[in-house]
Amino acid sequence: MSELAQSGAPVRSARLRLSAELWRRPWLKVVALLALPVLAFAVVYLGSLVALFISSFWQVDAFTGKIVHTWTFANFSSLIHDPVYRRIAFRTIWIAAAVTVADAILAFPLAYFMARLAPPRLRALLFVLVLLPLWTSYLVRIYAWRTILAKDGALNWALNGLGLPDANLAYTNTAMWIVFSYVWLPFMVLPVYAALERIPDSYLEASQDLGGRSWRTFRSVILPLALPGIVAGSIFTFSLTLGDFITPALVGGANSQFIGNVVHSYVGISNNVPLAAAFAVVPVIVMAVYLLVAKRLGAFEAL
Amino acid sequence: MESRATRIGFGIAAALVLAFLWIPILIILAYAFNGSILQTWPVQNLTLHWFREAWHDQEVRSALWLSVKIGLISTAVALVLGTAASFAISRFQFFGRESVSFLLLLPIALPGIITGMALSSFYTFAGIGFSIWTIVIGHATFCVVVVYNNVLARLRRTSPSLIEASMDLGADGWQTFRFVVWPVLSTALVAGGLLAFALSFDEVIVTTFTAGAQTTLPIWILDTIQRGQQLPVVNAVVFFVVVLTVIPVIVSQRLTQDSGLLRRR
Repeated sequence: MSELAQSGAPVRSARLRLSAELWRRPWLKVVALLALPVLAFAVVYLGSLVALFISSFWQVDAFTGKIVHTWTFANFSSLIHDPVYRRIAFRTIWIAAAVTVADAILAFPLAYFMARLAPPRLRALLFVLVLLPLWTSYLVRIYAWRTILAKDGALNWALNGLGLPDANLAYTNTAMWIVFSYVWLPFMVLPVYAALERIPDSYLEASQDLGGRSWRTFRSVILPLALPGIVAGSIFTFSLTLGDFITPALVGGANSQFIGNVVHSYVGISNNVPLAAAFAVVPVIVMAVYLLVAKRLGAFEAL
Repeated sequence: MESRATRIGFGIAAALVLAFLWIPILIILAYAFNGSILQTWPVQNLTLHWFREAWHDQEVRSALWLSVKIGLISTAVALVLGTAASFAISRFQFFGRESVSFLLLLPIALPGIITGMALSSFYTFAGIGFSIWTIVIGHATFCVVVVYNNVLARLRRTSPSLIEASMDLGADGWQTFRFVVWPVLSTALVAGGLLAFALSFDEVIVTTFTAGAQTTLPIWILDTIQRGQQLPVVNAVVFFVVVLTVIPVIVSQRLTQDSGLLRRR
């Protein structure tokens, strides 16, 4: 095993003895293998998360700009009572939900075609065609939409070509909805595909034997079995939208701020980490609730 | 099973969704050859001028170099930590196994902004100044997951009795590693490493919180887009970035295709 690679003992019998010793004591191997990764993650990552959570109960001194280490709920109460924050939180969650619905509707036919209709070679090609956009820089893909939706962009060019008027979508909430749905679509296609692929043909045959027409088969057999996949995909689309601030910054307008934008500006510009941390707790709580619901719907088996 | 009409309907819908996925990418790639400084569609007077311009731009060069360095270091860290963790998780049963695997998945389950903020406040608390290493730590958290997932998937498909057989035949640990474990794992490691590099190379969100005043290539792109200047140079850089991330993905896809060898029966 890999940790033995470092032993490098020149005498073969010594190496054999070491191998045997380790074989007899598997816990030693576990400790050796996990020490580094767990230490790194537990200390740096979990430590950071805890620090973030704690700092959400602190305050920034208005005069010195330094963080005051006194426990207070002031950050949370100002978040709850200030209508601006409420509106931003509501907008973020609402658009995340709309994006999830759009992605489920768009992903289904493609996933269905890939899983059940395409011959094997075409399926492999389609798989790569879905995977590549996923790995193409998401910043690039948002930027692409920024140029497409611009006044002289490809969308208006196409519309004018069809004799239609300009669509003034640039820098609106609709633009954000389109771009988010676009950017996260592959995250929905892949789990839905995985769920559909696992449905045995015999289920559909049974449904037809029992007199189920195609719509009935779809509604009573395919859709329930695809649901865990859709929920699994929605974890990504929902969570990624909740935490984003690049899309609102690049294609959103004046009234398009997300939780992420507020958090980003508080950390970077106004240096109010405690308030930013308190606001960042909102998507974490929303996601925690969402994950609990998803778990009940069997989404984790579909991942 | 499906009727002919259903098949055709799904086929058309699938083609439309694929077009939706690909047209924006093709459009932005075409802009790299735009002869005009204005971002208008359709692209006019095709030229390679902006590639030369981008290549000689000092800011682009140093940003690119920083991104490459960060990508390589994060990938190296991820390969070591991710492989070790996947071995422990797949081969042993121990107390806290579930928690460890959950802990490792956390960086991709939580929105990037949380990871970024958490790390940035950790640096502030610990009094660590921003450097290339603060970015590497941020990137390593999610790169580890990619390697971990790839190696774990491979280990799950490989029978552990291969190792036992090798030991029974008198091989020591090093020989077992060299002649049994490594051939099984090598492609998964390369694939995981390539994906980790691709992920690190165009990460923005965590980076904005852990970079301070440093400029990686994606941060340069973001800043320049927001300033609205030099857009033709951005287009050329974007073309390059897309190509550079697409190649590792295609290669890793090839490498992880099941060869049918060494499968658990």
